Amino acid sequence: MNGFVSRGFQGRRRIPEELAERLPTGQYAEPGFPVLTAGPTPEVAIEDWALRIDGMVGEQREWSWLEFGALPFEEIPCDIHCVTKWSKLGTSFRGVSLDALLEEVEPLGTYAMAYSYGGYTTNHAIEDLTDGRAWVVTEHEGEPLPREHGGPARLLVPHLYFWKSAKWIAGLRLMDHDEPGFWETNGYHNRGDPWNEERYWTD
Amino acid sequence: MDRLTAEPRSPVEQRAPGRWQIGMVASIKRETPRVKSFRIKLPMWMPHTPGQHYDVRLTAPDGYRAQRSYSIASSPLDEGEIELTIDRLADGEVSPYFHDVVVEGDQVEVRGPFASYFIWRGEKPVLLVGGGSGVVPLMAILRHRRLTMPDLPMRLVYSVRTAEDVIYADELGDDAVLTFTRESPQGWSGHRGRIDRELLAEAGIDPGTAFVCGSNGFVEAASRLLLQAGYDPDQVRTERFGPTGAAT
Repeated sequence: MNGFVSRGFQGRRRIPEELAERLPTGQYAEPGFPVLTAGPTPEVAIEDWALRIDGMVGEQREWSWLEFGALPFEEIPCDIHCVTKWSKLGTSFRGVSLDALLEEVEPLGTYAMAYSYGGYTTNHAIEDLTDGRAWVVTEHEGEPLPREHGGPARLLVPHLYFWKSAKWIAGLRLMDHDEPGFWETNGYHNRGDPWNEERYWTD
Repeated sequence: MDRLTAEPRSPVEQRAPGRWQIGMVASIKRETPRVKSFRIKLPMWMPHTPGQHYDVRLTAPDGYRAQRSYSIASSPLDEGEIELTIDRLADGEVSPYFHDVVVEGDQVEVRGPFASYFIWRGEKPVLLVGGGSGVVPLMAILRHRRLTMPDLPMRLVYSVRTAEDVIYADELGDDAVLTFTRESPQGWSGHRGRIDRELLAEAGIDPGTAFVCGSNGFVEAASRLLLQAGYDPDQVRTERFGPTGAAT
């Protein structure tokens, strides 16, 4: 639809150019942190929480909350982009990189399904989870991750739309093939790169 | 190992959904002081499933664009057009444009329908629970049921602040149960205050599938009540909007 102009539209949410460069097409900057969940919010107590990596691995592993807490944590400053059009610029999380986690299991599969308490799933190619681009995080901006945002722990893959950052993460299953997760089955893009505006199946 | 994901469903509900297209605003109805419904005729219309949404894109003369998603309020039996009901957010960008600028006959750029989770595929019984403008996708479901399966057990529980905030007021009949959280109309003998167990019971629907839509606070409260009432978590579908604000 080249050339279409919305009659009388000027735009009210324009932001400084240096920030505009950090906003992918179709996104707007949102100072808050909206909650979007496709169902009731699961309650996961830290005593019951564990993170598991299974499937096509040399040796599957599970970390309890205490064991997970002993892993090397890092601060992750990032921008996040939700497919519902808001982006949160300049936020931060704290967690453990998937490079560190995967190193302990000897990954053999090239795809992974992230699965969550409550039954949510989302699929990833391993290359989207490695090289310092994905973490399991337990803190947001210096505070324990609130339950409505996935606490006690969520996946963080900030270079993809935020539905790919599974809340209430329970584990990763490595696979030799790709398979769509929850939103990927329900009309959303299989990879979800905001910089290519990969929102829906047909994008 | 057990499957992590559901068996893939038939893709029939999601034929190639929408390229961007230019629709024409055929009619505008003021629902409440803050809410208007826009009937938009589409050259490349396709039937949606009740609960789905469209994306809307505004383009300024210099190319600046803004996009938002809006739930469809109409039944897919209304061929050739969709109804989008839009709540005017004071600090918004797209909703004030629709409210303050758009008039009948204007062109608007849209694409859809999208997403196939918060949709009704004929399950029964159904409880619809809406807070404020969260009623919009629920209305698509209610309208479609009236047109196709009027005897199917379905009830809308609708929480609003005051009488003047009731969207679709002229269409709500026996299939809707209202509560007023701030101020109830004169002579009101029904439920007042926030949604609670008694209100859900008043709807008289056995636990089956529930669709809950509203602010995050409203959805959290309502879905907790539904779980306590015996709903399976998998059968409580939710859609949340807006900032992490207060419940309606």
